[in-house]
Amino acid sequence: MGAKLSRVQVIAAYPITPQSKIPETLVKYVDSGELEAEFIRVESEHSALTVCISASTVGARVFTATAANGLAYMHEQLHWAAGARLPIVMALANRGLGAPWTIFNDMQDSISQRDTGWMQVYCRDNQEILDSILMGYKICEQIHVPMMVCFDGFVLSHTVMPVEIPEQKQVDRFLPSYVPHLQVDGPEPININPVMLAEPRDNARGVACPSYMGFRMRLQETLESAGEVIRRVGGEFGEIFGRDYECLLWEYRTEKADTILLTMGSLANEASLAVDMLREKGYKAGVIGLRVFRPFPAEKLRQALAGAKQVVIFDKNISYGYEGATCTETKAALFEGGLHPYIANYIVGLGGKNVVASDLEAATLEVLENKGRVNGPKWLGVAV
Amino acid sequence: MSTVLKEEKIINVTWHGRGGQGGVTAAMILAEAAYIDGYKGVTAAPFFGVERRGAPITATTRFSRTPIRTLTPTAKAEVVVVLDERLMQAVDILRGLKPDGLLILNSSSPPEKFCTDMDIAVATSDANSIAEEIGLVVAGTVLINTSLLGAFSRASGLVSMESLEKAISKNFNPKAAQLNIRGARLTYEATRINRVWQLSSPGV
Repeated sequence: MGAKLSRVQVIAAYPITPQSKIPETLVKYVDSGELEAEFIRVESEHSALTVCISASTVGARVFTATAANGLAYMHEQLHWAAGARLPIVMALANRGLGAPWTIFNDMQDSISQRDTGWMQVYCRDNQEILDSILMGYKICEQIHVPMMVCFDGFVLSHTVMPVEIPEQKQVDRFLPSYVPHLQVDGPEPININPVMLAEPRDNARGVACPSYMGFRMRLQETLESAGEVIRRVGGEFGEIFGRDYECLLWEYRTEKADTILLTMGSLANEASLAVDMLREKGYKAGVIGLRVFRPFPAEKLRQALAGAKQVVIFDKNISYGYEGATCTETKAALFEGGLHPYIANYIVGLGGKNVVASDLEAATLEVLENKGRVNGPKWLGVAV
Repeated sequence: MSTVLKEEKIINVTWHGRGGQGGVTAAMILAEAAYIDGYKGVTAAPFFGVERRGAPITATTRFSRTPIRTLTPTAKAEVVVVLDERLMQAVDILRGLKPDGLLILNSSSPPEKFCTDMDIAVATSDANSIAEEIGLVVAGTVLINTSLLGAFSRASGLVSMESLEKAISKNFNPKAAQLNIRGARLTYEATRINRVWQLSSPGV
């Protein structure tokens, strides 16, 4: 629906559970003429993203969606899309990776693509998915960086809940049609993305071009300032649609909290119930949900955690041999700010393992009572 | 008229059926009806798994006066709806029902047949015969899922028939909607209860 309202022009996707409903729905819109777009059927995810890259390169607004091994199969082209600075928006139904096979939810798939240069936004509910797609195009087309809109597979993708669908007219006002910065023109052929050398050199037309590293530095610089763009667009969105996204992270009851539960996606909502339970017992607990994971909101996180004595981080992913990704990132952000709260890391919900508020509460109580004794990440509720 | 719930109270409804019976669809239509009825928080979800025709499946509907923050499967429901009474022998259905909950079955038997030593209320309605009689049959399968929504409205008093009919209309073409609404109305009328069910602790 977000893609339809964004008036995407080219869609290429390959079905994979739990994403299948997205291409199925979009192809119906295209067939019925409700959406004036080309749906290009492909034989794999690698080709799906390649089609999107090609169409985006010649100036189309493009959309794709995938999950798990499908995203892993796109890996090479993810780097290309970011390096070529293409404003592609992708819907990602977070799912665990095989082996062993799972079709269920965790965030190992998107976290594994952390370093491809894509922005990553995580949604707490289905309204946020729709809204994030609409904002995604506006953000991507301003800074020419692609974005993954990530949401928990099954937990969100297969749950029905109320979603306010904005009027097309309103969306058109917020998101005008895409004006590409480059259009390939028949009579004037150009060579896009040729081999770059280590040093700057003139291109075939005699225009001085940066080196490979120069290009890469520009991508980093853009992402460093992307947080501000995401916030600004989130604010503009709020003005038009009444739902404010002028933030990189969500906070719940964090005022004067000394214990913070930190997580991403729909688990941030579940954690808010755990915090209500902890507050009832007299603990000063709050939740931070990371809405944006790339660019990493280090500065905002430092501000939000300035008063925390302990941070309990719940990761639906793990960097094997170390710990959960949001734990590592949070520690790095705090180190720079000279903050040293006690940090505990729980690995939760891999492969669809159910996580309920009382689990999160129990884990937090364990940290509060056993402070200092927990070394390395702990696995929540695993009976082997 | 629908029962007035206190703010945070969530009504959990678990649907038991067989793959192909439309339990997931019924769960979703009930969520839509509850939303139309004025509940601000509603969700519906299948039990995430690998469904196939004929196998036991479950689905969940939740509704509340305030937005719902949990998406985890329901452990103990206030209301359990059983689309195929033979599932009572195959699945431990009562384990997923609160001790003072409401059990609704598609059955021609009187509700007393399903009473246990638990303090549950039981409602039965012969949706099968009703659906068959009015021709709610597609490709040889008698469709009872929407009809049982009528029994839900009657026995629980939580969602009005008016809202249910609106939700049904949104999910079918006009002709099919009319038939499904008729099934729901007749099943509503034919619902038998062992006692009037009331939420014992509406503030919890």
